[in-house]
Amino acid sequence: MSKSRNFTFGVFTTISLTIGALLIAASASARDLAVRAATLHTGTGEVITDGLVLIEDGLIKRVGRFEDVDIPEGMELIEVPVATPGLVDARSTVGLSGAMNQPHDQDQLEGSAAIQPELRAIDAYNPRERLIEWLRQHGVTTVHAGHGPGEIISGQSLIAKTTGDTVDEAVIEPAFAISATLGEGATQHGRKSPGNRSKAVAMLREQLIKAREYVEKNASSEETKGPSRDLALEALASVLVREMPLVVEVHRHNDIMTALRLADEFEFDLILAGVADAQLVMDEIKAAGVPVILHPTMVRAWGGSDMANFSFTTAAKLTEAGIPVALQSGYEGYVPKTRVVLFEAGVLMGYGVSQAQALEMITLAPARILGIDDRVGSLEPGKHGDLALFDGDPFEYTSHVVGTIIEGRRVSDTVR
Amino acid sequence: MKKFLIAALAAGILLPATALSEIRAFAGATLITIEGAEIPDGILVIEDDKIEKVGARNAVRIPDGVDVVELEPESFIIPGIVDTHSHVGEVSGGDRSSPIQPEARALDSLNVRSSGITRALAGGITSVNVMPGSGHLISGQTIYLKLRDGDQIMDLVYRFDDGSPAGGLKMANGTNSIGEPPFPGTRAKSAALVRSAYIKAMEYSEKLVTAESEADRPARDLAMEALGEVLSGKRMVHFHSHRHDDLLTAIRLRDEFGFRMVLHHTSEAWRVADQIAAAGVPVSLIMIDSPGGKLEALNLDAKSAPMLEQAGARVAFHTDDWITDSRYFLRMAAMGVRAGMSRDAALVAMTQAGADMLDIGDRVGSLTPGKDADFVILSGDPFSVYTRVRETWVEGRKRFDLNDPDDRLVAEGGLNALTDDDGAGHIHGQGPHDHAGARGAGQ
Repeated sequence: MSKSRNFTFGVFTTISLTIGALLIAASASARDLAVRAATLHTGTGEVITDGLVLIEDGLIKRVGRFEDVDIPEGMELIEVPVATPGLVDARSTVGLSGAMNQPHDQDQLEGSAAIQPELRAIDAYNPRERLIEWLRQHGVTTVHAGHGPGEIISGQSLIAKTTGDTVDEAVIEPAFAISATLGEGATQHGRKSPGNRSKAVAMLREQLIKAREYVEKNASSEETKGPSRDLALEALASVLVREMPLVVEVHRHNDIMTALRLADEFEFDLILAGVADAQLVMDEIKAAGVPVILHPTMVRAWGGSDMANFSFTTAAKLTEAGIPVALQSGYEGYVPKTRVVLFEAGVLMGYGVSQAQALEMITLAPARILGIDDRVGSLEPGKHGDLALFDGDPFEYTSHVVGTIIEGRRVSDTVR
Repeated sequence: MKKFLIAALAAGILLPATALSEIRAFAGATLITIEGAEIPDGILVIEDDKIEKVGARNAVRIPDGVDVVELEPESFIIPGIVDTHSHVGEVSGGDRSSPIQPEARALDSLNVRSSGITRALAGGITSVNVMPGSGHLISGQTIYLKLRDGDQIMDLVYRFDDGSPAGGLKMANGTNSIGEPPFPGTRAKSAALVRSAYIKAMEYSEKLVTAESEADRPARDLAMEALGEVLSGKRMVHFHSHRHDDLLTAIRLRDEFGFRMVLHHTSEAWRVADQIAAAGVPVSLIMIDSPGGKLEALNLDAKSAPMLEQAGARVAFHTDDWITDSRYFLRMAAMGVRAGMSRDAALVAMTQAGADMLDIGDRVGSLTPGKDADFVILSGDPFSVYTRVRETWVEGRKRFDLNDPDDRLVAEGGLNALTDDDGAGHIHGQGPHDHAGARGAGQ
């Protein structure tokens, strides 16, 4: 290496370090924030009167009483009546499904085949979709979004913050889970097959067995002689080796049992979603140790459908039984084009769920189910500085969301 | 009752009329009368099917011997809610044969045993305008129901002065009523088809008036008769419309043919609130939790509620059940308040305003002596998320009681809460693959 090269390299390094330092300084100040709330819900069950959250470089540094925390000089201070952790939407299709509801903005379901685990959410997620902005304006800071219900396996999902101009900026988990559907939802697609429940489950089992063989072949063969790459089997394999959970949208009691049976047979991590009949097989769900991402409280069902037995009391009953339960905005085919978990949790107030429990269903509980509670879901030091700000009781109809903060940045000042 | 009367008469016992009437009193709740200020610690007295007295505890004398129901002080009594636009009861109207079918009656399709009726009562609704969908320019005749206990539709109907079942006419513009021929392909064609139909109806009505003999009278035409009832002002037009220009098109049609009209849904009312108010057209609003789902609802904004109020327009709310469930009616009005509407206007919008839009405002819509004893007992403030509907009374009879296990099941949901097909009056079989919008649906 010649001197001149070394010199050049040295200069380059110095410049880049300077730029880097400037960038860090600029972004650090933009991601520093103090939030003072007359009522601060930390999301761990604690409610602090006149509380303060200190965010430095996007991460929570301190949480406590206002009088006990020193705010660094020059740090911006926001004062609001009520603050909670940023809301976590446990399951949605936003970003893949758009507000226009025209064929060109509906990517949450590919109807060409019943089983397509190779479809990645990152290849369809539109972070600038206005439905995401809508959620952000309602205090939602993290969303588990992806392929929706409607096929046996519709594709993959991701976890994103509700900001970012590109998918790379938005995502925190680019491939979180694979999305499956059992029951009538998997048979209403207009094709010949699967035409009923038995067939749908047979098709799914066949694919899972193939994926298991694929895993075994890969493990037993030398690197050069393994099976040729198969994106679908690769994706299913990640479920079988428990790198990704299978989120199964299922409503009728016997279909819930089918999901549990499949999880037993193939030993994958199961997350139940929807689960209108949960109260009918609660002991079985509890015994299986499976978490539930419950349907939106205000889900619509018509008599005779899989969802006909849905109840406003299911969230309370599951909680009472000690089953982890989170709320989702889910998928909507018409109006409203997305639900808002804040509203879905609010409606539970009259049906046996406490304010703290409802808040948990849209913050820490989904964070745990999604495996991101080390980063989001509650206001604790070290976690992301994500907050939802309110002018009153977060769940009261006549209160408003007055701001949303993601990683120390004010990402919405709209009053909703 | 009739048998008893006959027996009594036969026995020569003539009871004074008052002995036959049933008087009940409800005390302690805050009364929202709609007519006047809210009355804390009020007393409501009903006699048979009518409201007898309304006032503060110290201002109302309860007749001797009357059982008084003492309610918790945090409870409220509001007038029975009027839902100006619903599809409960698996209702239908016109079929896919033509875009203009005023002859089709909701009356002839309604299942009064549907759990949808109980869901409505569970939401505090006592009067409801049940409508065919919006997949037609004119999808048929709507039916105004009082949610009395009844085995068949005629037990529940409101009636016109001539005794016939009362209702309006459902019309729509914008995208829902556009489709493959014979349905119109554009908005201009939509308006042209409607204008042609009304011009024909004017000629038909004219012939009826000018006919000098029975032989001169035109042959009966059910469609023309129904449109004639609109032209004469007997039948209100309930006009589904979203986009600002579509709202003004509806007003233009009203001006041309002189019919009476309520605008429904009105996603973009906030853009033309002043024009709507100036035209004197009442609006029945729906509050939806997010914009979009169809192109003409992309600019839906809850601020329509306060902006219409501030512009001076008459505003009501509706569920469009099953777009929003009847059980959340109170939430709808509360979301209006959230958006900036005044509490008083939102209360009126749930009750008297809706009643007036159905021409039943002299009978229901407020806690006023002489009006029907339709009221709702709430556990708390009408606009609080913590409030539950405890009881719903229709014409002096308890029609919903949260303490009754059967009623509670429908109020909360659960195994067999819904009768088969409840909800089918709206979007039937709309699976996740159907993302093009719901033909024949409301909203």
